[in-house]
Amino acid sequence: MSDQPLYVSRIPIFPRRVSGSYRTLKWWMMGLTLAIYYLTPWLRWDRGPNMPDQAVLIDLVNRRFYFFWIDIWPHEFYFVAGLLVMAGLGLFLFTAALGRVWCGYTCPQTVWTDLFLVVERWVQGDRNARMKLHNAPWTARKMRLKGTTWAIWLLIGLATGGAWVFYFTDAPTLARDLVTFQAPGMAWFTIAILTFTTFVFGGFMREQVCIYMCPWPRIQAAMMDEGTLTVAYRDWRGEPRGKGLRRREAAADLRVAGPLVGGRSPLIPMPGVPNTTTGARLETAGQDTRPPGDCIDCNACVTVCPMGIDIRDGQQMACITCALCIDACDQVMEKIGRPRGLIDYVALSDAPREAAGGAPIPAWRHAVRPRNLIYFGIWAGIGIGLVFALFVRPEIEMTVAPVRNPTFVTLADGSVRNAYDVRLRNKNGEARAFLLSPSMGTAADVSIESRPGSVVRVPADAQERVRVYLTAPADSEMAREAASDARLWVEDLAGGARAHVDTTFNGREN
Amino acid sequence: MSKRRIDPVTGTETTGHQWDGIEELNNPLPRWWLWTFYATCVFALIYVILYPAIPLVRDATGGALGWSTRGDVAAEIAEVDASQADMRESLVSIDLAALDENEALLSFATNAGGAVFRTNCSQCHGSGAAGAIGYPNLLDDEWLWGGTIEDIAYTVRHGIRNENDPDARWSQMPGFAEILEKEEIATLVVHVQSLPEGQDPLAGAGGQLFDENCSSCHGMDAGGDRSLGAPNLTDAIWLYGNSTERLTQLIERGPFGVMPPWSERLSEAEVRAVAAYVHGLGGGEAQVGEPADDTAAGNPNDLMLGDETPE
Ligand code: SF4
Ligand code: SF4
Repeated sequence: MSDQPLYVSRIPIFPRRVSGSYRTLKWWMMGLTLAIYYLTPWLRWDRGPNMPDQAVLIDLVNRRFYFFWIDIWPHEFYFVAGLLVMAGLGLFLFTAALGRVWCGYTCPQTVWTDLFLVVERWVQGDRNARMKLHNAPWTARKMRLKGTTWAIWLLIGLATGGAWVFYFTDAPTLARDLVTFQAPGMAWFTIAILTFTTFVFGGFMREQVCIYMCPWPRIQAAMMDEGTLTVAYRDWRGEPRGKGLRRREAAADLRVAGPLVGGRSPLIPMPGVPNTTTGARLETAGQDTRPPGDCIDCNACVTVCPMGIDIRDGQQMACITCALCIDACDQVMEKIGRPRGLIDYVALSDAPREAAGGAPIPAWRHAVRPRNLIYFGIWAGIGIGLVFALFVRPEIEMTVAPVRNPTFVTLADGSVRNAYDVRLRNKNGEARAFLLSPSMGTAADVSIESRPGSVVRVPADAQERVRVYLTAPADSEMAREAASDARLWVEDLAGGARAHVDTTFNGREN
Repeated sequence: MSKRRIDPVTGTETTGHQWDGIEELNNPLPRWWLWTFYATCVFALIYVILYPAIPLVRDATGGALGWSTRGDVAAEIAEVDASQADMRESLVSIDLAALDENEALLSFATNAGGAVFRTNCSQCHGSGAAGAIGYPNLLDDEWLWGGTIEDIAYTVRHGIRNENDPDARWSQMPGFAEILEKEEIATLVVHVQSLPEGQDPLAGAGGQLFDENCSSCHGMDAGGDRSLGAPNLTDAIWLYGNSTERLTQLIERGPFGVMPPWSERLSEAEVRAVAAYVHGLGGGEAQVGEPADDTAAGNPNDLMLGDETPE
């Protein structure tokens, strides 16, 4: 072993404040996602008496999922599964088109970290002030500032954990129970865990969650290709980088192209290639005969990066494509009077073309390409299928499962009886009665095990399972033949709606 | 594998692992990661001490807390048993004929009875209760010894034709191989086979043989006798099948189906529960004197609404 330490502690990152169009977009996304998260449980939706009036409710106890006008029963879980598949495909689509935009704009880890950063900046000041405070000894002032920051973080964490539990039960009731300390232990436990994880993940671990804990950066490498738009540095335009506007101006009309090494500027360190190490760059920077690039090495892009990386080093796993470095650099470019876009959303495939002086390919051409269209097609297809399934959901739901043990029973008078396990679901707020009857023209007679008549009463918002017998007289064709078609009708005696289920009837030949 | 060396680009030592020319850097771990790892180690140690963990030859270490999943299950079973004690008590004391008026108790009895049936009865009568040759089908409406819930409970309690229980139901059909000629038996078989089709039991040569040998138990009308467990020969159900070979064998040797007395193994509550379950399978008979259930159901196409409207 060398004298390598066994571990390294986190190198704190103090992102500088930045403004610009992407930052504005990020503010909007942050507001939108936080609003959705915190407010959704408080939306009301009238479903009639005896039914919850919460618009979005995951009722685990009664195994119901309410989403506005849609309520989903356990047997309809394919709706939820479909939504999850759509979410997955949507992630593929966005990753193939725009890299880790999910990470940069909507991932909860990003959103809450961003929120925590706002607090940190508000209490302790921007980058330089925070760095100074971090390195300062623990004085009363430092304790006060850090303590205030942490306290606000904790409050946000508490609100985050608190909002989560409201999705699972009636929000106003639970809120009252929480205030009066009568809420169930599970609620407190959940709130405690989420408060803790929000506090620690958003306040202290931040980019470490993205780099070490989250599997997505590893997966994204397989999801992206050279046509994917990602945040990148146009090194062919920026190099050689250097400070000093006057020097740039002096060299402005020097148009001698320097030798490219491996298609890249020699100033990017490349192992094994002479004159490309960091030291070489510093040495040669002053004597480089090539006209200087647009990058003035101001480090603005580095200081705003919440992941603490230098995008000019090329694509890297840690980059969440939040585009804050684009905003930072664009401001710099504006100041020095160069066109924006030194750091920009570009595709890998564009690099050689643009480096050779070609015009950039518009972003929409990267977005609209076969791979993305196929993802979108599948995604939309599932969505349309789900919506369709939603509209053709039967009003009366009955499932009929023929009993196969035994397939039929001969009765004393020679008639043949088949049994079916019938489930009737009543999605209404009040109890309903359903009348079962066989199809017209079939010989069979319907009866229900251990109940007189053929009416099944189902309590409100519940399902009832009954065993139903179809009996065909001894001399009927149904009784003789191996299998014949049978149809079971059900009628809602309250509304008059009718539905049927087709099944088979096993006769003596069986 | 190759030797460890310092990677010139990053200045980091390599681990010496190399795949397709790609070398692994020996970067230090994040501190939080390391501490999480130590914490899980400590947790594991404490867990192994407190809970059953290490498998031994026959057993496993018990753990300092004395906790086990089996203990949990035993406690849960005891809890359920205790919570059902009331139900079981009232099941034992209730008049079985009135069971279907007590919905909660009936559903308890049929559920418990189903479990008893699957454990104890399904070996002979089948898990679907459809029986087999020689083992009655409990789904149909033919009952050798009666199909009221009390009849069924009695049969379960004492069994059929077993010598250990003096109260067991008992009857025996003799073997006719010594009594009748081969041709006579053949005639009788053909005659018996024609009974469900409406043949007069006393008609012809077969009828005479039937009258002389069989009618004392099966009745002059071949309708059977429940007090003797003698089956009805005019219905469509044949416990031993109705092929010529089977009927010949049956008449020659005489069947002797035995059912054990279950009161030796089941509690009275369990006997009653399983009787309720079997009674509910579709062939159960109401107590004598009660009107049969009205199971008539019309086709909704011609059904007058209101006919069946629940109150
Ligand atoms: S380099 Fe940093 S600031 Fe730039 S997009 Fe990536 S994560 Fe964001
Ligand atoms: S912000 Fe732009 S100009 Fe400044 S260092 Fe980064 S790339 Fe160069």
